Amino acid sequence: MQRVFPFFLEAALVTLELTALALVLGLVAAALAAAARMSRSAILRAVGTAYVSLFRGTPCLIQLFVLYFGGPQIGINLDPFAAGVIGLGLNIGAYMAESIRGAVMAVDRGQTEAARTIGFSRFQTLRKVVLPQAARLMIRPLGVNTVALLKGSALVSTISVVELTYTAQRFIGSTYKPFEIFGVAALLYMVMVYAVARVVDLLDKRFAII
Amino acid sequence: MQGLDFTVIAPYWDLLLTGAWWTAVLTVSAGALSFIFGILFAVIVLYAPAILAYPVRAFMWVFMGTPLLLQLFLIYFGLVQVGIDIPALAAGIVGLGLHFAVYNADVTRAGIVAVDVGQTEGARSIGFGKWQTLRYVVIPQAVRNTAPPIGSNLIALLKESSIVSVIGIAELVHSAQLAISETFRPFEFYITAAALYYLLNLVLEAALHRFERHVGVSR
Repeated sequence: MQRVFPFFLEAALVTLELTALALVLGLVAAALAAAARMSRSAILRAVGTAYVSLFRGTPCLIQLFVLYFGGPQIGINLDPFAAGVIGLGLNIGAYMAESIRGAVMAVDRGQTEAARTIGFSRFQTLRKVVLPQAARLMIRPLGVNTVALLKGSALVSTISVVELTYTAQRFIGSTYKPFEIFGVAALLYMVMVYAVARVVDLLDKRFAII
Repeated sequence: MQGLDFTVIAPYWDLLLTGAWWTAVLTVSAGALSFIFGILFAVIVLYAPAILAYPVRAFMWVFMGTPLLLQLFLIYFGLVQVGIDIPALAAGIVGLGLHFAVYNADVTRAGIVAVDVGQTEGARSIGFGKWQTLRYVVIPQAVRNTAPPIGSNLIALLKESSIVSVIGIAELVHSAQLAISETFRPFEFYITAAALYYLLNLVLEAALHRFERHVGVSR
């Protein structure tokens, strides 16, 4: 166990790296999708809705498989890590889009009406009145999404990304001690998951109004 | 780059449908397990003596903090090491069931706490025992209040059930993989599998919606 532990720490770093990159991609996709779903253009709304519905309506595992194994058939050749980041990012983006939209819609309508009445443009209202209030409400749901992403990142072991779960599987072959190996991997996931959850808690408290 | 050709699906259609059927079976059985254990865990955490409540809380804490994939590996490969050898299908159902039981328990616990304390007082004052109050007054209301989030968990379970393909259960993903190993057409088969999941998802959502209207809650 002592011999393999350094490999586990390294693999845990890969898991964090994957999660962080997918988080950035997911947030960008989510912001675009949420904006599209709330736009005045029917086409944009349809595109945003289709993205959210398709990615939330099918398993993340299948999305990764389509991208990584099916991609070459349509001219998309990605290495496992890139496919993992893009697949996880696009998947969590669909969930995060709903978190963002929910937070924006939770801001009282009166706020928009008042801002518009005193002469704010649509964009100014969004930028100066609605989003600052919605941002607070987004922290917790987006935090829940991020924790789900971190745990879901284990899936990319199936497309041979050498992260924590893949590394654990690889050491089963040489040690024949699945209980201990998977136990240590589980422990490392728990440390990461509860650290992220704690950060989300602190952010939520820091930006709470009361 | 080869052209896409969805006609390769036709000879494997039965295989895919069988896979989809097993995905539905997995979802329903693991869903039932997660529902029952969700209530059980919630009641234990809230009302049982510490000697029972703490281990369950620790168990929930571990299951919420780790990936489902790892939990399945632990149950299927890890338990063999300590002398518990369970077949893949059972491991898949138990793993999925317990994983979502923990999430359901969290929701149900909040639902039980949210039931007005007057309900308990009323039931107790007309002579209900503690257990009767819980069984006939509090839990039914809690379940009704928590139907939407528990429904969402069931929808998540349907999608996450794809993961049990890694321990060799012959569900939808596994069927697709089998067909791909003969045809080398991953794109066509995974897209078709995705479409079938989407369809199952729609059916489940419609069923949940009907059920929620039946018990008088709406999203």
